[in-house]
Amino acid sequence: MEDSNSQGYWKATLALLTRILIIWFAVSFGAGILFADALNGIHLGGYPLGFWFAQQGSIYIFVALIFYYAKKMGDIDRQFDVHED
Amino acid sequence: MELQTTINIVVGLTFALYIGIAIWARAGSTSEFYAAGGQVHPVLNGMATGADWMSAASFISMAGLISNMGYGGGLFLMGWTGGYVLLAMLLAPYLRKFGKFTVPQFIGDRFYSKSASTVAVICLLTASITYIIGQMTGVGVAFSRFLGVSSETGIYVGMGIVFMYAVFGGMKGITYTQVAQYVVLILAYTIPAIFISLQLTGNPIPQLGLGSNLVGHDASLLSTLDHIVTDLGFGKYTTTTAGSTLNMFVYTMSLMIGTAGLPHVIMRFFTVPTVKDARSSAGWALVFIAILYTTAPAVAAMAKTNLIRTITPGVVMQDADPFAKDAAIQYEERPDWMKRWEKTGLLKFEDKNGDGRIQYYNDKTEDADVKAKAEAAGWNGNELTVNADIIVLANPEIALLPNWVIALVAAGGLAAALSTAAGLLMAISSAVSHDLVKNVFMPNISEKGELMAGKISMAVAIVISGYLGLNPPGFAAGTVALAFGIAASSLFPAIMMGIFSKKMNKEGAMSGMLAGLFVTLFYVFAHKGLFFIKGTEYLDLIGGPNSFFGITPEAFGAIGAVVNFTVAFLVDKVTKEPPEHIQHMVEAVRIPRGSKAVDGAH
Repeated sequence: MEDSNSQGYWKATLALLTRILIIWFAVSFGAGILFADALNGIHLGGYPLGFWFAQQGSIYIFVALIFYYAKKMGDIDRQFDVHED
Repeated sequence: MELQTTINIVVGLTFALYIGIAIWARAGSTSEFYAAGGQVHPVLNGMATGADWMSAASFISMAGLISNMGYGGGLFLMGWTGGYVLLAMLLAPYLRKFGKFTVPQFIGDRFYSKSASTVAVICLLTASITYIIGQMTGVGVAFSRFLGVSSETGIYVGMGIVFMYAVFGGMKGITYTQVAQYVVLILAYTIPAIFISLQLTGNPIPQLGLGSNLVGHDASLLSTLDHIVTDLGFGKYTTTTAGSTLNMFVYTMSLMIGTAGLPHVIMRFFTVPTVKDARSSAGWALVFIAILYTTAPAVAAMAKTNLIRTITPGVVMQDADPFAKDAAIQYEERPDWMKRWEKTGLLKFEDKNGDGRIQYYNDKTEDADVKAKAEAAGWNGNELTVNADIIVLANPEIALLPNWVIALVAAGGLAAALSTAAGLLMAISSAVSHDLVKNVFMPNISEKGELMAGKISMAVAIVISGYLGLNPPGFAAGTVALAFGIAASSLFPAIMMGIFSKKMNKEGAMSGMLAGLFVTLFYVFAHKGLFFIKGTEYLDLIGGPNSFFGITPEAFGAIGAVVNFTVAFLVDKVTKEPPEHIQHMVEAVRIPRGSKAVDGAH
């Protein structure tokens, strides 16, 4: 693999990781902890929203994030031609 | 059928199944022993990781803790699941590409130093052994309650069973046994939750039931629970935080990075065929874990509701006044499950005002209104103490579910404790036999000799942890928290820097690991005693409990990790950069192409 190509691959990977980590932080530390009180004013069914993020929502979003990551990484692998055979 | 007979049959059948699987999946080579030959399907691997991960702490204690803590208990839920996002993206695929059996091996190769690998072994052993003590204690408690033997006998039986399938089966046996254990434990957790959710809300899915209205009511379960517990002087269920917002934040962070740094979990990603599979396998693991973790808050809130319903029958469903003269049940008329748990000493009643009824409320409340009402009703302090650890095990009994459900919960608790103990033993054995014996002391040892060394170190680890489980240092939550703190403050930063920084050198990584480990242990031991020996606490030295911005010792791992990163970067700045070939190795680890089956060669 060419050097520039290798740098491009790593840059694309880090960009993806940053995007996902921002969401990861926002749903757990953000919505579930720092802004939970403010969000509790909104209700999702019988759940206050901040409470829901802390005890339910963040977990569902974590699962989705990992599969999203696995899929996007697969795309990046193929784009830079470094995927496994 | 008698409850005891049903329990014996269900537990006996599940054990026969585990042992049968272990015999069927016997390991032949070191590769099969340590990494199941690197050929486990990602979904099955995800299931095994789930069982490996969900220990007695997740299965038995967590919902009980949330039940007492309310909203603040969410830190366990977010912490113990959010770590998988970090693991999947930052560590698992790269370690799989690296293609060796163990975490210390990665650290030793990446930081081109046997000393670095040995430091990693020390961190790994400290984390794993502290974690496993708690599991063996859990096995003992579960056996003693459900098989009617003493807790000591329970631990001996548990030691014997773990020894059999871990030693003979190796990683291959453990992986397939853990798949079966996952199925047992998840059924055991969700079936009672479904029954209880139906009873209380009419919705069979606990995750939705928790957000529904109580049967025959216009108000939601959570809002009803909120006003009942505040009436009784407890904090509001949906908003009470754990200590402070800062503490909850740091605690959650510690659990997350601790999760990603625990060697027995990382090792699971060496068992899949490709880098691509390592990525998705973490996702599958979290799917299987999330089934339990999203059910747990429902179990917690519903157990609290049912407990209050049992003691003051009209309060939840008929909105009766809990302070009314005959609201609480008479002690003599208490249900059978309370009698059964009283025997274990984990549930206690003391008739402080001599009225023969059970008063359950927060007698330390600051709420003047509640105090006045309690006084007017002639209450003389809270009379019922319920240990948080019995909530899940007693849950089906509280809800008066059939005997087979109670038996299933017993089998599930045992499956959770045993599967985690086996995974931890695997990590310990590979670290000792591979990273110490083969790497440092006897480089020429044969494959057969190495396998034998692995089995011997496993047996020794079982004996040590069994012994410490028999004589527990007098803490349970502390043990598990320490294991996370150590992993978070030592291994996670080192592995991460090894992948994401090409220039990080051995001096930086080693001083980082040691500094992180030391700071964390120093703060934890100040609260809990040196090596957890009672009476050796030195709180005065650090200025009283939780003196570091009110952060509890359980939450301190995140601070240790910050120390680790900082020290590593400072030392790295003033020392030589790593050799050229190491920087090339890091580049190779970052791309998936060229991954091959894991092996142990150096």
